[in-house]
This record gives sequence, C-alpha cells and structure tokens, in this order.
Amino acid sequence: MKTGHQQLDSQGNLKHFLTIEGLSRGLLVEILDRAEGFLGVTQQAVKKVPLCRGKVIANLFFETSTRTRTTFELAAKRLSADVLNLNISTSATAKGETLLDTLRNLEAMQVDMFVVRHASSGAAHFIAAHAAPHVSVINAGDGRYSHPTQGMLDMFTIRRHKGGFADLRVAIVGDILHSRVARSQILALNTLGAAEVRVIGPRTLIPAFAEEALGVRVFHDLLEGIRDVDVVIMLRLQRERMTNALLPSEHEYFQLYGLTEERLGVAHPEAIVMHPGPINRGVEIESQVADGPRSVILEQVTNGIAIRMAVMSMCIGTQNIAMQADGKTEGEPNG
Amino acid sequence: MINSETWKDSAEIDGIIGRMAEELRSLIAKRAIEAPLMIGIHTGGVWVADRLHEVLELTEPLGHLDISFYRDDFTRIGMHPQVRPSYLPVGIDDRHLILVDDVLQSGRTIRAALNVLFDYGRPASVILVTLSERDGRELPIEPNVVGLHAQLEPGEQIKLSGPHPLVLLRGQSAKKSSAKADKASVDSPDKSGKGETRR
Repeated sequence: MKTGHQQLDSQGNLKHFLTIEGLSRGLLVEILDRAEGFLGVTQQAVKKVPLCRGKVIANLFFETSTRTRTTFELAAKRLSADVLNLNISTSATAKGETLLDTLRNLEAMQVDMFVVRHASSGAAHFIAAHAAPHVSVINAGDGRYSHPTQGMLDMFTIRRHKGGFADLRVAIVGDILHSRVARSQILALNTLGAAEVRVIGPRTLIPAFAEEALGVRVFHDLLEGIRDVDVVIMLRLQRERMTNALLPSEHEYFQLYGLTEERLGVAHPEAIVMHPGPINRGVEIESQVADGPRSVILEQVTNGIAIRMAVMSMCIGTQNIAMQADGKTEGEPNG
Repeated sequence: MINSETWKDSAEIDGIIGRMAEELRSLIAKRAIEAPLMIGIHTGGVWVADRLHEVLELTEPLGHLDISFYRDDFTRIGMHPQVRPSYLPVGIDDRHLILVDDVLQSGRTIRAALNVLFDYGRPASVILVTLSERDGRELPIEPNVVGLHAQLEPGEQIKLSGPHPLVLLRGQSAKKSSAKADKASVDSPDKSGKGETRR
C-alpha cells in the first residue's frame, strides 16, 4: 500500500488524499488553514466559489453512506464542480464489469477526481495507482484503514475550540481495532503534536501493542481514561461486533463505556465531546451528552464540508500546477 | 521582485493617502452617499483602507475581502496557501461600497473582488480606490480615486510593504523558472509581511 509521500506530486503538493500517514505537519496545517477560509463561504448569499468550475468530480461509493457522501457532494458543488454520484451496487460492476473498466469509462467522460468509499482496505490506493495521471483520488473511507477527511475535520473542530494541539489531551473511546476513523485521528493528532492521545475500550477492541504501534496510552476503564482530558471522541459501535462476540450486550457496553453527563464530569471542565456519527443513542453516548452544551457533533458535520472543499481544491490546484510544469499553461498573478 | 528599492517612503505614502481621502470625501459628498461601507482587498488594500477609514472617520466597520477563491488564474498557479476569510460587517444589499486596493494593473483582481461582492449581495454602487495604478490593464476597469500613476520600465514591478510603515517598493521582476517558484513568489509576500506584487 502506498504511504503518505506517494500522495504528493514531484513538487510536494497534494495530488491524492488517501491517508494521513506520511503527510507532514505543515501540510496538515495547510489543509486546516484553507478550511478556515472555506467556512466563510456559507455566509455568502451565493454559497459557492468558482474554484472548480468546469471540473467533474465522481463520488464512487462502493459502501453505503449518507452523511459522508452528502458532505462530499455539497463540498464539490460549493466549489462549482459538476458532481456524479455513482451507486456502484446497481452499476456496471454489479453486471460483471471490472473496476478498472469502470474507471476507464469514467475517465473517458473527463472526470477529474474520484471520491472513493470502499469496504476493503487499500481500495482508494488501488484506484489512485491505476487512475489516469490527470485524475486525483480522495479516500472517503476504506475498510479498517483510513478515513482521512474525517480525521482532518475532527482536527479542524478541535483546533477551532482549543486553539492548538500542543497542550492537548485527547481520549478516543470505543472500537479502536476496527475503526478507520480512530486510526486517522490518531495519526493526525500525533503529527500535529498533541500532548497525549489515549484510547479507551474493551481488550477485544483495542489492537495488540497499540501503545507502541499507534503512539497512544491504552485504558480499559472509561473514568480513568477520560480523567482531565480536553477532548472526548466517542466512536460509533458497530452492532455486528456484538454478534461476533467481541462485545457484551449493548446494555452492558453502555454500562462500561457509555458516556453520560456524570462520567463526563471527570474530564476537564471545558472538555468537548465529539462523535463521527451516526450516533447510537444509549449505546455509546446518552442523549443528554450528545445534545448537551459540550457536544460539537453537529459542528463536525458543518466543518466536514469546509475540510473537503480544502482538500478537493488543493488536489485540483495541484493537477493544474503539474500541467503548468509540463509546459501546458503558464501562470501569472492577478493585478 | 529582486533588487527592490524604496520608491515612496512612509511620509510620502501618508501624504498620498491624505490627498486620496480628501478626493474621496468630495466624491462621497457629490454623490450624496450616507454611511458608505469601506472594504479593503487583502493584503495591501486592507492596509490602505485602514488608513482611509481612519482619516474619513467612517462609522461602519471596515470590511475585507480575500479574492483567492475567485482568481481566474487558480487553474494555472493553484491557490494562495493562506486564505483569510472575507469579512463584511453588514449586509451589502443596496449599500454604497468603497472598494480599496493597493496597486491596479491588469484589473483582474478588481474583477474577482466584484464577483465576491456580488456573491454576498447586490450593492447600490461601488467606488474603486487604489493607492497606485500602472500600465498593463487587461480588463476595462478604472479607479474613481487613485493616489499616484506609476510609469514603469519593462520588467519593473511595484509592491506595497506594510502595514507599519507603508512603503512602496520598486524593482525588477524575478524570472520564474518553474511552477513551484511561481507559486512561492505568490505566497511569499504575506509570509514576509509585504503586499502582493503586481506585475
């Protein structure tokens, strides 16, 4: 599988966004800074900017999603791109066409960017490796591996509330083992220099050697793990984990790891509560907390659009810079 | 810009802005405009607008625009890495606006700024004020109030350095050999606290 630096073009610009792994702190900060600018677009009467006018962005969702697909679509539209939403389950691949043939056909339709979600780890890398040189690929979640835009929108939300990462203690609670979101969050927090990242969950849902492999502190007791933290990130519990006997019942899980108002009391008094959604109320988090004053869960959704606009515009801009370097265009600043 | 030298120093700039303020005051009175909304274009335009706003004692807060998302050369040179969110303190529908920039050359920055403004609303009118204008217009855009007219030699550039003090620099343009160099050139003025070079 490709690592982070292979997402960059020869001049160090972001060409694809497949994983946070291997990307520099400077590049992550650049994504966050650009997203700040895009937040203001929603304050305009016309909630669009013309950056990607004439570009075609295809959402290839091999795995179902509503929130992520919608925010990618909205981000693309706010950049004035044309958007294709392909429901792969009813498309040509379901009729026997290979994935690469589907890609070739989309490229023949002059698609400039693929946004890919897939149940298999590495799918986005595979597509990036086989896409035409002028096409960028953004990973919208693949298997257990990576969900980099979710990771970055969470960093964006944290930075807006906490100002920075240097003195930050962050706890991630739940199914760390299977969570591509948690993996992306941990990579981003470590790269951005968070003081301490903790993961909390039952032993069955925390990878072996997590402390060494992920650079985190591991806790199996919720109260111990969230004590004095500045940010609590609750992960969605996937019910299939229970049928596989990796977990006790939902009720029992909530008793042990569910975030309640009372338990949140041990965190820092100004701690914020996050969740990538969709929420299982009463399983990983109680409604009082999810809807409470410390919850920034809906802000995460709003911020997700700005982050996706930032990443898309950076990749599209890189395509054109690459063309320029090839002598196809020549840039001059405005006046 | 290479081998740049001070062309107009801080005292000269203050004098120019003082004369611009008087001319602008007369224009506002002639048009019978009440409570105009002044908006500076990042970065140098905001510095000039800040001075004008203070001299004219305008009541509405100063607004500022970043045109990065509207540049017509985004597809050529990519985006400025440090885009500052635009800020308009009040709605602009039916308002009289004073748009301020530092150096007017091609007219493309102003075209982009007008596009930004019209995505926020429909102003009643827009007055264009620039500290300096020079040859090289590519679009039919002319300022209503201009501080000075620059006569430059081929390959020469001017740029505003600031915000304290405001100084106009003049020098030869650096030859861009690659896309990365071109991008860095666009990026570097802000990192050094200097306004954007207009060629």
